[in-house]
Amino acid sequence: MPNKSLPWLNSIVLTLANIGLALLASVIVLSLTGVDIGAAISQIYHGAFGTQEGRGYTLYYATNFIFSGLGVALAWHAGLFNIGGEGQATLGGLGVAIICIQLDGLSLWLLIPASMLFCALFGAIWAFIPAWLNAYRSSNIVITTIMLNLIASSFLVYLLAGALKAPGQMAAVSESLSAGSALPSMQSIMAVFGYNIVNTPLNISFLWALVCGAGLYYYLWHTKLGYETRVVGHSEESAHYAGIKSKRIVIITMMISGALIGFIGLNEVQGNSLQLNVDFVAGFGFAGIAVALMGRNNPLGIVIASILFGALYQGGSELAFNEESIGNNIIFLIQGLVVLFCGALQWMLRPTINYWLRPMDVIKKDKLPVR
Amino acid sequence: MDSTFSWILLFDASLRLATPLMFAALAGFVSERAGVMDIGLEGKMLLGAFAAATIASVTGSAWQGVLAAIVITGCFSLLHAFACITHKGDHVVSGLAINLLAVAITALLAQRIFVQGGMTPILSDEQRLPTIEFPNIITHDDSLLSQIYWYLLSGHNILVYLAFIAVFLTIYLMKYSTWGIVVLAAGDNPTALKRAGFSVSKIRYMAVVVGGCICGLAGAFLSIGHGAGFVENMTVGKGFIALAALIFGRWHPIGVMLSCLFFGFLEALAIRLQESRFSDVDSVIPIQLLEITPYVLTLCVLAGVIGKSAAPATLGKPMR
Repeated sequence: MPNKSLPWLNSIVLTLANIGLALLASVIVLSLTGVDIGAAISQIYHGAFGTQEGRGYTLYYATNFIFSGLGVALAWHAGLFNIGGEGQATLGGLGVAIICIQLDGLSLWLLIPASMLFCALFGAIWAFIPAWLNAYRSSNIVITTIMLNLIASSFLVYLLAGALKAPGQMAAVSESLSAGSALPSMQSIMAVFGYNIVNTPLNISFLWALVCGAGLYYYLWHTKLGYETRVVGHSEESAHYAGIKSKRIVIITMMISGALIGFIGLNEVQGNSLQLNVDFVAGFGFAGIAVALMGRNNPLGIVIASILFGALYQGGSELAFNEESIGNNIIFLIQGLVVLFCGALQWMLRPTINYWLRPMDVIKKDKLPVR
Repeated sequence: MDSTFSWILLFDASLRLATPLMFAALAGFVSERAGVMDIGLEGKMLLGAFAAATIASVTGSAWQGVLAAIVITGCFSLLHAFACITHKGDHVVSGLAINLLAVAITALLAQRIFVQGGMTPILSDEQRLPTIEFPNIITHDDSLLSQIYWYLLSGHNILVYLAFIAVFLTIYLMKYSTWGIVVLAAGDNPTALKRAGFSVSKIRYMAVVVGGCICGLAGAFLSIGHGAGFVENMTVGKGFIALAALIFGRWHPIGVMLSCLFFGFLEALAIRLQESRFSDVDSVIPIQLLEITPYVLTLCVLAGVIGKSAAPATLGKPMR
């Protein structure tokens, strides 16, 4: 939650201290589990940034983190905790796959807007359910979104075992989208400007994620609706007295949030795998919470945090090849500790930092420090 | 195999599958009635399962495994309490952190200790919790009573019986002990409790830790009771089903027990359908429909379609 009482310096120091604590704790836990920290860090760094390919993958994963982080942050500004990212991303991917299969052969100039629209629409519809339940039946949005995550994953399995299952395939996967319906890769975009880079899954949705970030910033701080969203987040009562229809805000906010998270499906399905499989979301929806907490719910912060997480993801997967079964779990561990220290325990260090950063006049007059 | 007998076997499986749900839901019950929301059940269950299997496999004693499960889940719920009560952190965020940490820590440690791709070795019968055979007061024959006695009631793991005892013990404590009443008050009206001279924080701390310890039993049942070893991410959403059961049971022990049994039955039915593929039933009910039923029912309860949800008044709100 945004904090009102801290001066900006204290707030920044507190954030950095929390992130530092989380990373320190990660290092301690990892060394306890027998990982060689020095080697692991250099391997992760090299895997993520050392090669052009590594950098491509890092940004490709970061794209997912940006979408889910933005979605979670937007909901948070309205005082809502959207932990339904897994479900919304699943539905987003479903929307993309369905539209791409239906409109196969359409010009890419028309297909991309259509698939983006459907992706956003499917994610938004899945977020509409908990939003409506929250606004009109005052259901706890945390529980409803958890339940809808689980329902979405069963729904996907059901579709992939039946209606959408590729004929003649043993595995539960959808039929492949034709290569012509793939989103333009970053390689082909850079080639237009005369740069030659290696081919990675990095595609145009990374740019779209950045646009969404900028758009979210504009929306929250420069539009009436965004202002109303933040008022509802700070105090529903004040919003009521100011004549803001908070139910409407809850529904609009959650739907945009769901649409943003749904774009993970765009990046994954149309951007890379060209196929729907059971676990394409792979925790990216949940990761948005850690990303949003680390980025202080600020779009710029989220982009930075996403690149960090993307690097960990890519570097961690490099590690996974060398030391088996470590990579993914390192990500979960760091995510968990970030959520713990930047989220649940975010005020733990506040008294300490307020004490050390107390204003000069307080020190001079020898007043008691404000704790 | 006649149809009554196959129903009995189905109910028998339901009891087994409902047991971890009952422990976990009861754990959530204790913590949430005191006002501290607990979505970390899933993670704590996983930690409990891992600790139980690891210690049982290393020491060869199942009961030491149970103890380890209780200790580790107790420690993590202490962390939850520290974040939620002492530092007034968001209950959901803290629970989520525990879920994430549990997946990572169990997998990393299992890999580190046993080097078997994140699993513990398969446990022998001595390293697992014993089953209890009922005394031979009814003869084995084909009568319904005998079938129920021998196949449905007798021969379960000791924790299955303990789960039912725990439910009734909870009801007793909640109704007749000061401790129970104080816990209920901590969730429903902490201000009154404070005025009466109790420390709300202390009571919430105790409730959260006790809840955590109960959750350890759920994990222990999975890895050394019902199962024979720990597998990476072996809880697969059971913690969330327990959460659903808690809501569907309206935060009341009997309701929670019945909804756990019902959800256990659904799971048993799903497994049965998957295994034997009754041609006539399979075409009508997809397995996934059975899987999502607990979640859909919970949504209905939360939406107020089936009665009113009865959450403790100050659930998830820090004490001012």
